[in-house]
Amino acid sequence: MTALPEPGDLAIHTTGLGKSFGKRRAVNDLDLAVPRGSIFGFLGPNGAGKTTTIRMLLGLATPDSGSISLLSEPMPAAASRVLPRVGSLIEGPAFYPFLSGRSNLIRLDSANHESDASTRGRRVDAALDKVGLGKAARLAVHAYSLGMKQRLGIANALVNVRELLVLDEPTNGLDPQGTREVRHLIRVLATEGTTVVVSSHLLSEIEQTCSHVAVMSVGNLVAQGTLEEFRADGRRVVSLRTPDTGVALAVLARLGLEARQDPVPGGQDGVLDAALGPEAPEPERLVEELVAAGVRVRGFTVQAASLEERFVALTGEGFDLVQ
Amino acid sequence: MSSSGLLANEVALLFRRRRTWAMLLALGAVPVLIAVAVRLTSGPPTGRGPAFLDRVAGNGLFVAITGLLVCIPLFLPLTIAVVSGDTIAGEAGTGTLRYLLTAPVSRPRLLLVKFAVAALFALAAAAMVALCGLGIGALLFPTGPVTLLSGTTISAPAAVLRVGLVALYVAVSLLGLTMLGLFISTLTDVPVGAMAATAVLAVTAQILGQLPQLDWLHPWLFTQHWLGFADLLRDPIRWSEFGQNALLQGGYLLVFGALAYGRFASKDVLS
Ligand SMILES: Nc1ncnc2c1ncn2[C@@H]1O[C@H](COP(=O)(O)OP(=O)(O)O)[C@@H](O)[C@H]1O
Ligand SMILES: [Mg+2]
Repeated sequence: MTALPEPGDLAIHTTGLGKSFGKRRAVNDLDLAVPRGSIFGFLGPNGAGKTTTIRMLLGLATPDSGSISLLSEPMPAAASRVLPRVGSLIEGPAFYPFLSGRSNLIRLDSANHESDASTRGRRVDAALDKVGLGKAARLAVHAYSLGMKQRLGIANALVNVRELLVLDEPTNGLDPQGTREVRHLIRVLATEGTTVVVSSHLLSEIEQTCSHVAVMSVGNLVAQGTLEEFRADGRRVVSLRTPDTGVALAVLARLGLEARQDPVPGGQDGVLDAALGPEAPEPERLVEELVAAGVRVRGFTVQAASLEERFVALTGEGFDLVQ
Repeated sequence: MSSSGLLANEVALLFRRRRTWAMLLALGAVPVLIAVAVRLTSGPPTGRGPAFLDRVAGNGLFVAITGLLVCIPLFLPLTIAVVSGDTIAGEAGTGTLRYLLTAPVSRPRLLLVKFAVAALFALAAAAMVALCGLGIGALLFPTGPVTLLSGTTISAPAAVLRVGLVALYVAVSLLGLTMLGLFISTLTDVPVGAMAATAVLAVTAQILGQLPQLDWLHPWLFTQHWLGFADLLRDPIRWSEFGQNALLQGGYLLVFGALAYGRFASKDVLS
């Protein structure tokens, strides 16, 4: 949307990233730029290519094309240097069911060749406490609920101090309380200087936490920038309440607005909605024209299109936003 | 700093799994069953049943040898197939592979650690049969100086050492299969599939080894020397078969180790 930050200030920078599965293009020519210190919302409907992108970022999958710079180092070449500085949750948590939550985290941390064995237990316990699993730490994971597993997955990302956290759908399966806690945790981490990438198909997660967003749709990046830019880019919508809907429709049409009549239960007034394009006249001009044409204006509002409408406009209607 | 951290953790994990102990106990039960059966009957007539069986009643130390001999065609390979087939595919199946690799552990190191743990299991499995055999043999039968296949007699402690050597021979014999299982395990995200394929290969190789028409193939089968530990029970010990076996198993380690690395290093981890 606007000029991108300098590459040195980017925690993640991809150019022309692409990946196909057979004939299906999962990620196509992706130029992602995640500024350091941002809370970056990585948005897109199911199947948009978010997880595939994250797998490539973390060196799990090899891109067909393009390049990746993670914390200013090339991936996957520098994986063993970079990954210790990155915490991740990728397509849901995964643990050995017969081990306790704590043992699972100990095991994964012992795989990290840079982690300090002497502080391991303490770091794991602190991470478990951070996500509210302190009491369930010694319980076998098969006895965990989905939400508890999700928390454990987030705890795993927090066992070490990280410069970058990549959390793929972190609130999947969490109750509203858990969702709020995760959002809070993300904000706290960000104020401590960690860059956090949160992928989600749920818009509501993004708009409450993030400073930046990128939107993917069927493998393509369709928008990227700060949340303000993303909002401002949306069109405004006017809403008119009047009994003279016929005349009003004609007037709006003459001014180049395509109005839609909303059904209003039980009133004699009709309500017309129209999107204000960049070429549309100012709202006060609309009212002037309407009144001049004899339309009885009983209500007139101008609103920025909601983020959700913007999201749908970018990604298409074909999926359930609020599942 | 903690380069051995993962290895230690994986070893502890192996011996923490119920599955491991179920397999080890089942293996340990084999010599016990043999000993009890021999004890209850008055012992089979010479010349029938597995080799060495007729010697069991005379000296308990032979229970361990007979146990190993009975376990090596099927029971031991089956347990090796389970452990080695699970190495990578099991991690992929539970999804933990992606978290190990992003922890991060490098792919070659993960393969090495996984192989080391599976090889350790092979050693533990052979040792289990030998130890249970020695224990039950001492309990149910007379022990004492042992007459070897060459006719010479050695003391009981020296004979125990020979049993240890045979167990080591058996463990080494299983290394090729272990690496084969590891390679197969990199090919799939379904551990049961890798286990089954490995077990089938072990059986198939033994069947091929029985077909005289395939003489030319026999020296290359990893099962070729599986039953060839009799030379360790002579005086002096003849090491040639041990050497050939070690060389063959080493060749399998190199070839299938390289294949496993080639496959795993470039594999997209999508599980
Ligand atoms: N292992 C795979 N094999 C084949 N196709 C895949 C695989 N993983 C993902 N895809 C395809 O890639 C596309 C993007 O998937 P994904 O990255 O998981 O999307 P998201 O995480 O945004 O929901 C989808 O069309 C999906 O079907
Ligand atoms: Mg996904």
